[in-house]
Amino acid sequence: MPTKIEKDAITGVETTGHEWDGIRELNNPLPKWWLYVFYATIVWSLGYWVLYPSIPTGKGHTDGLLAYNSREDVARDISRAREAQSAYRARIENASYTEIMDDPDLLNFAITGGRFAFAENCAACHAAGGAGQKGYPALADDDWLWGGKAEEIAFTIQHGIRSTSPDTRMGDMPRFGVDGMLTRAQINDVVEYVMGLGNRATDAAAAGRGETVFAENCASCHGEKGEGNRELGAPRLADNIWLYGASKATLVETVNGGRAGVMPTWAGRLDPVAIKQLAVYVHTLGGGEK
Amino acid sequence: MTAATLSHGGAGAGQSAGQALGTTEIAYHEAVVRHFTLATVFWGIVGFAAGLFIALQLAFPALNLGIEYFGFGRLRPLHTSAVIFAFGGNALFATSLYVVQRTCRAPLFGGEAMGAFLFWGYQIFIVLAATGYVFGITQGKEYAEPEWYVDLWLTVVWVGYLVVYVGTIMRRHEPHIYVANWFFLAMILTVAMLHIVNNLNVPVSLFGAHSYPVFAGVQGAMVQWWYGHNAVGFFLTAGFLGIMYYFVPKQAGRPVYSYRLSIIHFWALIFLYIWAGPHHLHYTSLPDWAQTLGMTFSVMLWMPSWGGMINGIMTLSGAWDKLRTDPVLRFLVTSVAFYGMSTFEGPVMSIKAVNALSHYTDWTIGHVHSGALGWVAFVTFGAVYFLVPTLWKRERLYSLRLVSVHFWISTLGIVLYITAMWISGVMQGLMWRAYDNLGFLQYSFVETVEAMHPFYVIRAMGGLLFLIGALVMAYNLVRTIRGDLRVEQPYTAVRTAVAAAR
Repeated sequence: MPTKIEKDAITGVETTGHEWDGIRELNNPLPKWWLYVFYATIVWSLGYWVLYPSIPTGKGHTDGLLAYNSREDVARDISRAREAQSAYRARIENASYTEIMDDPDLLNFAITGGRFAFAENCAACHAAGGAGQKGYPALADDDWLWGGKAEEIAFTIQHGIRSTSPDTRMGDMPRFGVDGMLTRAQINDVVEYVMGLGNRATDAAAAGRGETVFAENCASCHGEKGEGNRELGAPRLADNIWLYGASKATLVETVNGGRAGVMPTWAGRLDPVAIKQLAVYVHTLGGGEK
Repeated sequence: MTAATLSHGGAGAGQSAGQALGTTEIAYHEAVVRHFTLATVFWGIVGFAAGLFIALQLAFPALNLGIEYFGFGRLRPLHTSAVIFAFGGNALFATSLYVVQRTCRAPLFGGEAMGAFLFWGYQIFIVLAATGYVFGITQGKEYAEPEWYVDLWLTVVWVGYLVVYVGTIMRRHEPHIYVANWFFLAMILTVAMLHIVNNLNVPVSLFGAHSYPVFAGVQGAMVQWWYGHNAVGFFLTAGFLGIMYYFVPKQAGRPVYSYRLSIIHFWALIFLYIWAGPHHLHYTSLPDWAQTLGMTFSVMLWMPSWGGMINGIMTLSGAWDKLRTDPVLRFLVTSVAFYGMSTFEGPVMSIKAVNALSHYTDWTIGHVHSGALGWVAFVTFGAVYFLVPTLWKRERLYSLRLVSVHFWISTLGIVLYITAMWISGVMQGLMWRAYDNLGFLQYSFVETVEAMHPFYVIRAMGGLLFLIGALVMAYNLVRTIRGDLRVEQPYTAVRTAVAAAR
C-alpha cells in the first residue's frame, strides 16, 4: 500500500509513495514515443512472420507468403555465379595454353581467377605475388626447379612435389654428412667450390679440393658446372638464387642433412579449370617460359 | 515537501551500517560486500591487462611467443571470463548483496558465514576456470568454456547465492520489493537455468577433465547461443540494470523517473530477451523459422532495453548540474548512454541483411566492447566509487579529481576502441564480399587481415588507456581505504567561478 504520496518539488510529479533506503519513485507515465515505437516494432515483427518462415509446426514450419528459403537463396546465388563463368570456363577447359595466352579476353579471365586461387591456396607458402620465402621457391622469377612452361607448372600444381600423388615430382638430395658419405672436411670443401661457382668462395684452396668432391658426388644431379637438372628438380647452383639461404652455414647444413621440401598435390582439391588458371597466372608472374 | 528532503538519500558519504528500524538497529553484513568490491577491482585490472595483451597479439602475432600457454586461443577465453565473470560477477555480487540489504532493511540471510562461502566459493570458481583455459581444458563453448567439474562447483555457489538473495528478500522490512532487486533476482534465476542447461555434459571419466555435451549439431549450437545471448541479456544487462536502479538515484539524490516504465520495461525485457539467441546463428544450418524468431524478438527488444536508459537518464531531471561537479555521477550517466547506444546497435545487427555484413567481423567485437567497457565497466566504476567510502566509512573519496582523470582517460580509450573496430569490421565485411564482374572474390583472407593491422594497433591503444584509467582508480581507492584525503580544489569552487564569470 502506498504510504506517503508526495509531490516532487522540482518536476511537480507525484511519487508512488514508496521509499527504499531514501530512494523514491515518480509516477510518470510511459513516454508516448517510447510506447509507439515499441508497438511499431511489434507490428513490424508480426508482418515479418506473415511474410517469412516463422512458426514451427512440428514436422516443418510455415513458409510465409514470400516462401523464402535461405538454402535455396544461396544455391541460386552460387548457380548464378557459375552460370556467369560457365562460358569462360568451358573455353578455358578446351583451349591450349597458347590459345589462352593469345586471346586477351580469355587470358584476363584466367589471370583473374588464378590470382584469387593463388591468394587463397598458394600464398601461405609461396608468399603474396609468388615472392617466395625460405624453403618455398619464388615463382615470380625465371629460376625454375621443375620447369617454367605453363604445362610444366600445371603438372607441378596437379601432382605436387614428394607428395602422395603416384605421379608426383620426385627428387632426392641425400644426407651426405649424416649418412657418412662425406667427411666434415669434404663438405667444407665442396661448399667452398659451390660458392666459387658464384664467385663467392672464401678459401681458394678448399674450393680447389672441392671440385673433385663435387664431380664425384654432386655433378650427376646438379650438372658438371652446377647448371642444375629440371628432370630431378636439382637446382642450378651457378647462380646466386638460394632456396634455403645463401650463407655458408646454410649450404653446409643442406649438404650435411639433405633437403626434401614438399608441395602437396592439388588435383581433387582444385578443379582442372582452376589449376589451368593458376598455371597461367604463375606463368605470367614474370618468369614464364615458352 | 522540498527537493532538499527528497534528495536526502543522496551521495552517501557518511552513511553507516545499521539504520534505524523503529527502535532497533539493523546490523547489515558488509564484510562480504567489501571483499567482493576489492575482488571487482582486482579482477578488473587482471581482465583489462589480459585484454590488452591479446589485442597486442592480434596486432603483433610474435607476442604469442610460440608457447602454447600464451597463445591467443587460450588467453582469449581468459580475458573474456576475467572481465565478464570475474570483474562483472564480483561487481554483481558486491552491489546486489549491498542493495538487497539496504532496500529490504534486512541483514543478509545466512549471515557472514554464507557471505564468506559465496565470496571464497566464487573466487575458487574463477581460479579453477582460469587454470583450465591456460592448460587447454575447455568445452570449446564461448563464454561457457569451463569443464564439468568447474560447472558443478559454480552451480553449488550459485544456488547458495539464490538462497541468500531470496532469503534476504523474504525477511524484508519493506512492504514492496525495490526494482533493483527484481533485476538482480531475474539475473540470478535465469543465469542458473542457462548455466545448467548449456552445461548438460557427460564426463568421459570420473577423474578426467573432459566431457561431451548432451546436445549435438545444430541443437547444440542453438542451446549454446541461447545461453550465450542471455548471458549478455541477464548477466550483463539485467544484473547491471539492478546496479543502475540503485546507484543512479542514490548518487543523483533524485527519485527514479517512472515507476510504471520500470515495471513495463522489466517484464518486456525478460520476456523478449530469452528468444533472441538465434540471431547469433543467421545464415547457418539453423532452420529459417528460428532465425526469423531471433531477429524479430531482437528488434522488439529495442524499446524494452531503452526503458532502462530512459529511467536512468531522466532520473537526473532537475539535477543535471551535478554532472559538472560529480565525476562519479558522470560515470553512471555515461554508462547509461553507452547502454542506450549498444542496445540500439544490437537490434540493428540482428537484422539479417545487416548481419550478413557484420557477422564474424570486428564490428561484433566493437559492439561487445561498447557494451562491456561503456556500460558494464562504467556503471561498475560508478558503483565502486560510491561503495568504497561508504563501506570503509570514509568522509569521501581520496580524490574526486582523480575520478575525473579516470573518466576522461577511459572514455577516450573506449572511443578509440570502438571506432577502430567499427571501421575495421565494416571494411573486413566489405572486403570478404567484394566480387569483380567475372564473379571472382576480390580479396584473399590474408589481405583482409593485413588491412586490419592499423586498426588493431589503435584498438590496443584504446585498451591501454582503459587499463591506465583502472589503475588510477585502484590507486584512488587504496588511498581512500587508508583514510587519506587529497588536498585539492573542490568541484563546487570551479562551478562558482564559471557562474561568476557569466
